[in-house]
Amino acid sequence: MHDRQASGPDVDEQLLYLRSGPLVDRLALSYDAVVADAYWIRALQHYGSTRLSKKPNKRYDLLYPLLDLTTSLDPEFAIAYRFGAIFLAEGYPDGPGRPDLAIELLKKGIRAQPVKWQYIYDIGFIHYWWREDYREAAGWFEPASRVPGAPWWLKPLTATTLAQGGDRASSRLLWQQMLETADNDWFRQSAQVCLAQLTALDHLDQLSGLVARYRAMTRQTPASWDEMIRAGLLRGTPQDPAGAPYVLDPRPGVVDLAPESPLQPLPPNLRRGAR
Amino acid sequence: MRTVGEIARHVFRERVRDRVFYTLVVFAVLLIAASYLLGQLTAGQEVKIIKDVGLAASSIIGLFVAIFIGIGLVSKEVERRSIYNLLSKPVSRRQVILGKYAGLVLTLFVNVSVMSVALYAVLAYFNAVADPTMKAGWEAPAPDPRLLIAMGLIFVELVVITAIALVFSTFSSPLLSAALTFGLFVVGHFNADLKHFEQIVNSRPAAYLARALYYVLPNLTLFDVKAQVVHGIRVAPMAVVSSLAYAGVYIAVLIAAAVFIFERRDFK
Repeated sequence: MHDRQASGPDVDEQLLYLRSGPLVDRLALSYDAVVADAYWIRALQHYGSTRLSKKPNKRYDLLYPLLDLTTSLDPEFAIAYRFGAIFLAEGYPDGPGRPDLAIELLKKGIRAQPVKWQYIYDIGFIHYWWREDYREAAGWFEPASRVPGAPWWLKPLTATTLAQGGDRASSRLLWQQMLETADNDWFRQSAQVCLAQLTALDHLDQLSGLVARYRAMTRQTPASWDEMIRAGLLRGTPQDPAGAPYVLDPRPGVVDLAPESPLQPLPPNLRRGAR
Repeated sequence: MRTVGEIARHVFRERVRDRVFYTLVVFAVLLIAASYLLGQLTAGQEVKIIKDVGLAASSIIGLFVAIFIGIGLVSKEVERRSIYNLLSKPVSRRQVILGKYAGLVLTLFVNVSVMSVALYAVLAYFNAVADPTMKAGWEAPAPDPRLLIAMGLIFVELVVITAIALVFSTFSSPLLSAALTFGLFVVGHFNADLKHFEQIVNSRPAAYLARALYYVLPNLTLFDVKAQVVHGIRVAPMAVVSSLAYAGVYIAVLIAAAVFIFERRDFK
């Protein structure tokens, strides 16, 4: 569903003279690790600058080749597989929207380091979050849980994913575990944002319930939060976990995140009534 | 032995006068600049990248010192005609070769040692400022004692390259010696391919030739444990011992060859 990025003419000239990992590995002599670092930094810059670019039809064409080169030169570069997979899977326009390439990169990591349960888990995560294929996700969480050294919570996660994959409770469990086991600030921040989004979704449900109550009480849709405050249904203007006030559209009486909220966009499949 | 030591000390002092140790300033600046910049660019991989940069820079700087000074050890003396002065003293040609080699090895030892200390200092700083959650993500501790294995093997590799440069220096011009030594350094990293050449060619003589070259040419991949050490992967002690033994034999043969050529060379 998110597998393809928008097509169109390239806006920037993107060049990568050498694309063959084994060739670059040979050319690097014994300095393959430091060359891998250079490609890793380039991959980060390519992803970051493209993501922040305001240009239409922005493209992440070099992201996978750069990550492939990085991991060919340094097959134990764990962060390149794990971050790289996150970047590749991220939906367009914030990423290339290529979970297929993310999974390919992680499978390459598993071939290099079969004892890394994290890569197997990450494939399950991509199936869960980006492809919404919970059976497939559970099919990866389960073998990850059997790798020596894998954390205990992978076993219940497999069962939860199979039983109720896609609901907020199982998503919260997934992100909570991600937050608790994160060994990196970037992972930690991603997990915190996703947990805040889940909390915001709960808030939106509660606020929609209050709007319905106001409507039942007054037979009118509230024009603003102030009216609901005056009616004693709220104590103040409600804010999302990132501190941005929620928006109340008075005509249909729909509550949503503010457009400028850092939690935008919310995962559509987890909104009430999405499933 | 005393004469060899005297010549070695003279070579070392000459290198100090040549400002060879300015390379250490380059190394320090590189490390500090990398440390400053990488925090912004590498998504939490500063320590890995500092180790990679530190080890690679030690190896490259050492390589330049080994090649560009190694090639001049004998040929410079011949060019400047100071070889006549040296050989007129009660010094054998064998002692000249051994002394000059020992002098450059001492220079490299000091160079690599100081670079190791600088690398550990930068890593100790990162270790001091990192919070426990960041440290939990490191594959190996920042000031990891195992880095000394990588540094030690870099030094051994440089000692082998110095011996190669010395052999070429006894009969060739500095430019050609530099090209040949660098060529062998590059070939030394492809050497392992020659071992299984018969799997990609049908010709039996070519396979035998490749196998012979495999044993004759230096196998420098034996001294490369940089990636293993950075990722905290155990380096087998036996692998280190066999690499050291290989280096010992290879250097002994090269020095014998250098002595053999130098003793027969006519400077008239």
